[in-house]
Amino acid sequence: MPKIIKDAQIVDDSWLIIEKDFSGPLPLGKLLLPMQYWLDNREKLNLMIAGLWIDSDEAVELVGHEANLFPLIAVNFPAFTDGRGFSIGRLLKERYNFNGQLRAIGNPIQDQLFYLKRCGFTSFDLKEGADLESALSSFNDFDESYQGAIVPPEPLFLLNSSKNN
Amino acid sequence: MYIYNEQDQKIIEQRVAQFQGQTDRYLAGKLTNEEFLPLRLQNGLYIQRLAPMLRIAVPYGLLSSAQVRKLAHITRAYDKGYCHITTRQNIQLNWPQLEDVPKILGELAEVQMHAVQTSGNCIRNTTSDQFAGVSQDELEDPRPWCEIIRQWSTFHPEFAFLPRKFKIAVCGTEGDRAAIQVHDIGIQIVKNSADDIGFQVLAGGGLGRTPVIGSVIREFLPQKDLLTYLDAILRVYNRHGNRDNKYKARIKILVRAWTAEVFAQEVEDEWEYTKDTLGRLTQEEIDRVKGFFTQPPYESLDNKISDEELAILAENNIAFGKWLQRNTRSHKIPGYTSVTLSLKPTGIAPGDVTDSQLEVIADLADAYSFGEIRATHNQNIVLADVKKSDLFRLWEKAKVSGFATPNIGTLTDMICCPGGDFCSLANAKSIPIAEAIQRKFDDIDYIYDLGDLSLNISGCMNACGHHHVGNIGILGVDKKGAEFYQIQLGGNAGSDTSLGVVLGPSFGESEVPEAIEKILTIYIEQRKGDELFLDTYRRIGVTPFKESVYPKDKKISNTHEDQGHKHA
Repeated sequence: MPKIIKDAQIVDDSWLIIEKDFSGPLPLGKLLLPMQYWLDNREKLNLMIAGLWIDSDEAVELVGHEANLFPLIAVNFPAFTDGRGFSIGRLLKERYNFNGQLRAIGNPIQDQLFYLKRCGFTSFDLKEGADLESALSSFNDFDESYQGAIVPPEPLFLLNSSKNN
Repeated sequence: MYIYNEQDQKIIEQRVAQFQGQTDRYLAGKLTNEEFLPLRLQNGLYIQRLAPMLRIAVPYGLLSSAQVRKLAHITRAYDKGYCHITTRQNIQLNWPQLEDVPKILGELAEVQMHAVQTSGNCIRNTTSDQFAGVSQDELEDPRPWCEIIRQWSTFHPEFAFLPRKFKIAVCGTEGDRAAIQVHDIGIQIVKNSADDIGFQVLAGGGLGRTPVIGSVIREFLPQKDLLTYLDAILRVYNRHGNRDNKYKARIKILVRAWTAEVFAQEVEDEWEYTKDTLGRLTQEEIDRVKGFFTQPPYESLDNKISDEELAILAENNIAFGKWLQRNTRSHKIPGYTSVTLSLKPTGIAPGDVTDSQLEVIADLADAYSFGEIRATHNQNIVLADVKKSDLFRLWEKAKVSGFATPNIGTLTDMICCPGGDFCSLANAKSIPIAEAIQRKFDDIDYIYDLGDLSLNISGCMNACGHHHVGNIGILGVDKKGAEFYQIQLGGNAGSDTSLGVVLGPSFGESEVPEAIEKILTIYIEQRKGDELFLDTYRRIGVTPFKESVYPKDKKISNTHEDQGHKHA
């Protein structure tokens, strides 16, 4: 079974990514549906088994507050240098209050895990062959951060202020 | 200046450890070239034509004497004994070894310095006016705001992989010395009708291949809203900026495609969601940062006496008088002045400075300017708080070390990128062009007679030498493998920023000084009274210059058009 990083641990994972151009009957199992596929077929689908994946050039607004219909939403990083996914993750968490598992898929690299975690991502499907043990160490690259995000939501100046007062 | 607390220091030290790990993984083959590239760029490390280049951050150009001494040590221990001041007020090393870079960053961290986000598609070093805090015409010191932006932008988790690089400049005076109109975001400190200090925000300016003057997207932004509003701009850009073509990826292209009005509305809509979140600045934090930029312990001096003394010295020593005229500047405190040490003597690459010169700069700063040094975007060094009564001694010492060329703001005080001698992006060399022009115009009286005149040289259209906003701009172009130079006229980087217009077909290297001479001759013939070059150009237009530089029998308009297609 493929390994991913979830909540800073290496775990087996059985979610199956359905490609954007998929047609025909869906396979059995825990499926990650492409966003547009879900929008087109939502009436017919049993969401108990489905997660969703959003590509970097897609409008997360189309999912919006319905995000919490899904236990898992994945955001695709077609290239690790495509930084749109960081904003998509934050919007899901901050604007649409998504409280399920937020996953980075595609090609995120070890050196982005700290930033991804801060933007609300909790699981990470790195490229095949990535050294996951090594990757775990990158979650702790920094103890503190100047600006607020999802983790933590407070900027450093606010954390310091509440410590002092 | 801003002094790190334990948290700031730890963040920078953890960055060094992070980059050491990344470099180790790269050298061990565990990190691919493609993956290492943006990581090293975000630590200022380029792989250049001849060697790696390391760009060290100098936040808004401000340095302490201890930092400058450390830089002297680093250039000596890890490089060839010199470094280069860039047009973003940063410092570049041209010859470090890749394996040494984490060690260099470690040494920098010892003096609260780093190379964070000096390159790559992220938010770069925020720049400002080199005379911030000492200008008479300043509404408010921009440096605390620069520092607030520096902290906010450092390792911002959402904006580390933008479509393209992103540059912010802040200015606190009406006369813009920070070129804010040609930045991705320009922030002008303003006062509204209720007498509140806030910011006018411009977006979508930039130089490079497609030079654009920024548009105002918000007339007045309250102080506490600065960071949430910047977040909104960056989020709109991060999501919607072009990622398919790197030449269309800067925010200026997005603003132009959407129009400034639509872009501004998108930002406002985004900001609605974020403006009242935890990211909003507090008065406590604003006051904390401002507390680092208080006035040094100035003496109470009689300005009139100082001026009289200086007048006598200048009369008895013509060279000192010239230096006084060009290299010093009025100061808000009586009896004080700001001194510019020229890094533009003939024969030295503009902005280059040696290890021993750095040590002299540190000594001069300690002796005469409260131990503080500023790097300017014109690639010079400023000592901002010098007593007028110290000027003669300072000048004598500066002269010995080669800093006293009295050419600030003149033709020979050129902005010049490293060009084809170092940079792998360049189409042409730029340093030899600068030197040829300096050699051609070596008559200081002639240079003074020309008055304020900016000549900017870039070795390629990435425009690191800001050629679009030079009164005279020179751009290196590649024509079938040979190096040629296009000349532009009429650019300006002040509060009335304008972009230069291409004069005509490009010149071979050896023809450039003569073409410049013809341009200057037209100016001298046509100027009225004390009119500056730029004003004469704006009055008479490009035609008289064109007619002088290109013989009439050539079909200028055709070749010009041809030129435009090839190199615009």
